[in-house]
Amino acid sequence: MSAAFALIRRDLALARRNAGDTLAAVAFFLLACGLFPFGVGPDPNVLARIAPGVVWVAALLAALLPLDRLLGADHDDGTLDQLLVSGLHPAAIAAAKAAAHWLATALPLLFAAPAGAVMLNLPADAIPTLVAALAMGTGVLSLLGTAGAALTLGARRGGVLLPLLVLPLAIPALIFGAAAVEAATLDLPVRPHLAMLAALLAAALPLAPLAAGAALRGAAE
Amino acid sequence: MFEARELAGERGGRIVFAAVSFALAPGAALLLTGPNGAGKTSLLRVLAGLGRIADGMLLWDGQPALEDRIAHASRLALVGHQDALKPALTVAETLHHEARIIGGDAVAALAALELEGLADHPVRILSAGQRRRVALARLVLGAARPLWLLDEPTVALDVAGVATLGRVLAAHRARGGMVVASSHLALPLDGATELRLAA
Repeated sequence: MSAAFALIRRDLALARRNAGDTLAAVAFFLLACGLFPFGVGPDPNVLARIAPGVVWVAALLAALLPLDRLLGADHDDGTLDQLLVSGLHPAAIAAAKAAAHWLATALPLLFAAPAGAVMLNLPADAIPTLVAALAMGTGVLSLLGTAGAALTLGARRGGVLLPLLVLPLAIPALIFGAAAVEAATLDLPVRPHLAMLAALLAAALPLAPLAAGAALRGAAE
Repeated sequence: MFEARELAGERGGRIVFAAVSFALAPGAALLLTGPNGAGKTSLLRVLAGLGRIADGMLLWDGQPALEDRIAHASRLALVGHQDALKPALTVAETLHHEARIIGGDAVAALAALELEGLADHPVRILSAGQRRRVALARLVLGAARPLWLLDEPTVALDVAGVATLGRVLAAHRARGGMVVASSHLALPLDGATELRLAA
């Protein structure tokens, strides 16, 4: 267990050293949100109407950016082999990688999300719901993304394959996440939507690392 | 006792080595030789539990070694042909992080491979031989692990580096550790059994 935390700590130290990757994801998110007013026009009502979905899609796409290097870099330089002979269970390696991805990429996006929401005229009282829903939704994406990254290890064009594999699986999280924010803007109850997101996270939490762990072992062979 | 019986390994659906048998007692060393493509690296990966066994058995103290892969991984230390280093971390950070993951004493590892002078250098600026020394320092972190698997450990090392490695390996074998190494160059392994793989 402490070895898994040590792995998270190592990956976070690396993420701090290569802070450009995190900044790139945050900048991509803000830029994607900022493009929509140019595309659909500056009408505040239209922007507020589409804001929940736009912020969600932009956040999911931004969180995908570093995924192909999450395991790919370790696979290419031999670190993955070292982790597999460290005595850590492959599923624990995958879980640690997913946690590192969430902490290094998704958490900064949560801080940037209110800025993206304001650009799209999302009512301010919906922002806490947005952040809470994104926190869980990006958790689901980190877990599914780690499994996808493990499955595409060693595949040519794995970086292209990965979003094709992961994004369809993220649709349920997107539906309930955007619905929660929309409910918050209309003063409807948000808890059912957040509970569904929590359920998705609870399902992905054990399953994705197990799948990713098996794929990691396969990739080493 | 680490034992292979009629072991065959495959890579990419092709058998790369077959009918490999050896028995390694505590303190013993096995030197893998053979031309390029003979399957030395594949054999080391199979011994590490990373490769795919096509046929035969791998035994640890008479029990199938890979039945519990986590237990097998916990008794070995591997230095592959890749150094597995992160350019952004310094030498000391690399070894401290690794020590937290696999156990061992990072300061002792730095000292054993004579890396103290490089401790604050980022791995990015090291020469190939210096990187190899950092990768080999992993063995000292894994000193408590009985089985060391080395793939061309002396590549890029200078004469002093080879001598240092020789001392580390001798100390490990004196503790009752086992070493399996592949090399085209002369290795500082006294009294090692040679296993020649045919292409």
